[in-house]
Amino acid sequence: MAKLTINKELCKGCGLCTTACPKQILAVSKTVSNSKGYFVVEELDPSKCIACAFCATMCPDCVIKVEK
Amino acid sequence: MAVVFEKPSFLTDTPLHYCPGCTHGIAHRLVAEALDEIGAKGHCVGVAPVGCAVFAYNYFNCDMQEASHGRAPAVATGIKLTNEDNIVFAYQGDGDLASIGMAEIVHAATRGVNITVIFINNAIYGMTGGQMAPTTLIGQKATTCPSGRDAKVNGNPIRMCELLATLDGPSYIARCSLADVKNVKEAKKCILKAFQNQKEGKGFSFVELLSSCPTNWHMNPQQALEYVKNEMTAKYPLGVFKEV
Repeated sequence: MAKLTINKELCKGCGLCTTACPKQILAVSKTVSNSKGYFVVEELDPSKCIACAFCATMCPDCVIKVEK
Repeated sequence: MAVVFEKPSFLTDTPLHYCPGCTHGIAHRLVAEALDEIGAKGHCVGVAPVGCAVFAYNYFNCDMQEASHGRAPAVATGIKLTNEDNIVFAYQGDGDLASIGMAEIVHAATRGVNITVIFINNAIYGMTGGQMAPTTLIGQKATTCPSGRDAKVNGNPIRMCELLATLDGPSYIARCSLADVKNVKEAKKCILKAFQNQKEGKGFSFVELLSSCPTNWHMNPQQALEYVKNEMTAKYPLGVFKEV
């Protein structure tokens, strides 16, 4: 069981995590934005996460915490 | 649940001011992780550059000093000499290190001062709005070479690792890329090695990180990393250039 915690307030929606994810379960939202106006990244299917932390490795803003 | 990945304690909670997709954030994190791993907490001093990373002193959980443009290795030398037990690092961009700071970096390297220099090469002046840097690739567009850099008019790009590797002083010189997960993990190893060298008193260590600047390259973050992977890596080959 893997768990991602995304600090959406710090996310800038760059999408580097979405291309790094081998399971393709991350996407930049088209509707949800934070107080700075950035559309933030969302986890589409948490059950598919394998806790590889590739998303967190590529995140420039350290917004993703990965637990397993 | 066991934590697989979280923000290193060497980074403060201050939100980074960098543009979306800028790899400065990844570089900051790798430096912070390396400092955490060598146990530098409490006896570490960093030197921030002039450039996009000018606010680095807000982001690292250690004492920081802001240097004049390009002078970070000289300031770091002074800090190191006052207390050699401190882990001292300079964090510089290409406009800072390879242009106005060329004299300082070359002389710090040839003296073999026991400091670590992290060099962010994104081939452009980011903070001032995308002017041509010493590392801008031939054909790459910038505001001061709008039709692309021409070697006859603008000169050729400088390869800092190769240049410094000709000197006798440095103990470790490496170039890594931040273009994908594999390369980021490799960069982490090189940065850790550079700090361990300093801890062991081996002397001057230098790590160049090929980075992206989506804003001034006028690309999206993914395209910018592809550019690093395909174009920049071709001109700036990755690897360890010196290890003593």
